[in-house]
Amino acid sequence: MSGTGPRENIFPTRMALTNMKLRLKGAQTGHSLLAKKRDALTTRFRSILRKVDEAKRKMGRVMQLASFSLAEVTYATGDISYLVQEQAKTATFRVKARQENVSGVVLPAFDVDRVAGSDFNLTGLGRGGQQVLRAKEVYAKAVETLVELASLQTAFTILDEVIRATNRRVNAIEHVVIPRLENTVKYILSELDEMDREEFFRLKKVQGKKKRDAEKAEAAKMIEAGAAGEADGEVKMETPSTTEQASDLLNDKDGDVIF
Amino acid sequence: MTTSFKDRSLLAVIGDEDSITGLLLAGIGHINEKHEKNFLIVDSKTQISAIENAFETFTGRQDIAILLINQHIAEKIRPLVDRYQNAFPALLEIPSKDHPYDPSKDSVLKRVQKLFGE
Repeated sequence: MSGTGPRENIFPTRMALTNMKLRLKGAQTGHSLLAKKRDALTTRFRSILRKVDEAKRKMGRVMQLASFSLAEVTYATGDISYLVQEQAKTATFRVKARQENVSGVVLPAFDVDRVAGSDFNLTGLGRGGQQVLRAKEVYAKAVETLVELASLQTAFTILDEVIRATNRRVNAIEHVVIPRLENTVKYILSELDEMDREEFFRLKKVQGKKKRDAEKAEAAKMIEAGAAGEADGEVKMETPSTTEQASDLLNDKDGDVIF
Repeated sequence: MTTSFKDRSLLAVIGDEDSITGLLLAGIGHINEKHEKNFLIVDSKTQISAIENAFETFTGRQDIAILLINQHIAEKIRPLVDRYQNAFPALLEIPSKDHPYDPSKDSVLKRVQKLFGE
């Protein structure tokens, strides 16, 4: 029945019914659209997930390589960490963010943006310059991998969040909004039917009353007419003896005799 | 949050001396007008509160796109790292020379594994 479940608080009219039906249709369209969006995002999410997993493992190897080349530098030149730290002024290795659009979700991706700088040119001037150069290159490669991984990870985080929000919306529409609207439509329909039945019953009652009234009126008239007929009969009884037109009087329509 | 990522161009590091040296060699070191460095060297004497402070500072800065942190250091401030969910700056746990990379400890990979597991 219509009384079960929550429904909108409205007055059951035909206009409200039309509105509710429109809203229900809108909710269903929205639901299917959101479900599609969720599916698209999930597909993307799965592929990113796999890539993140791979990249993380790759990073381990790359960083190991980089550490090894730094060890070479230390072996050839001695400790250069202090020197390097003191010389760091402005970053020559930066990233640029660009955005990518996956069904309405903006995913940022980082691109490596290297500016040719003259940093650390004097490092390893005495000895081990080659090792320093190589270490620089290896580390730059490693950082590139890291940047790639970072953009994957950022996409992962954002997608995760968006998918959760979309899921919440899909579920809310599916389990709260649509049943509520359906209940309302059912409620309005049942109320309208009820009103129809009441109206029909009322009309029947009115008709019955009218019929009864008509019958009563007819009966009353019949009685009246009977009384009048008796009076006529007396007249007729008398007439044949007196006049020759008695048979004609019964067959012919007389303007005076109504019944 | 998503509107400001255009301005983010720097990488920040919290790590041990060797990792920092290598990354600085690659050219990520930056010292801004306020003489704030974008890297923090952690050794055995560094207080945990100092690491936490640096972490908060780096994640709060508007010009940092990626924050790299050595995994063994992330391990020291693990609750803070696990609680960090923001997309920007992206938090990346990297291995260091003395501590090989352990994927099972990574906060992001943990989530990845969880999602794969279900």
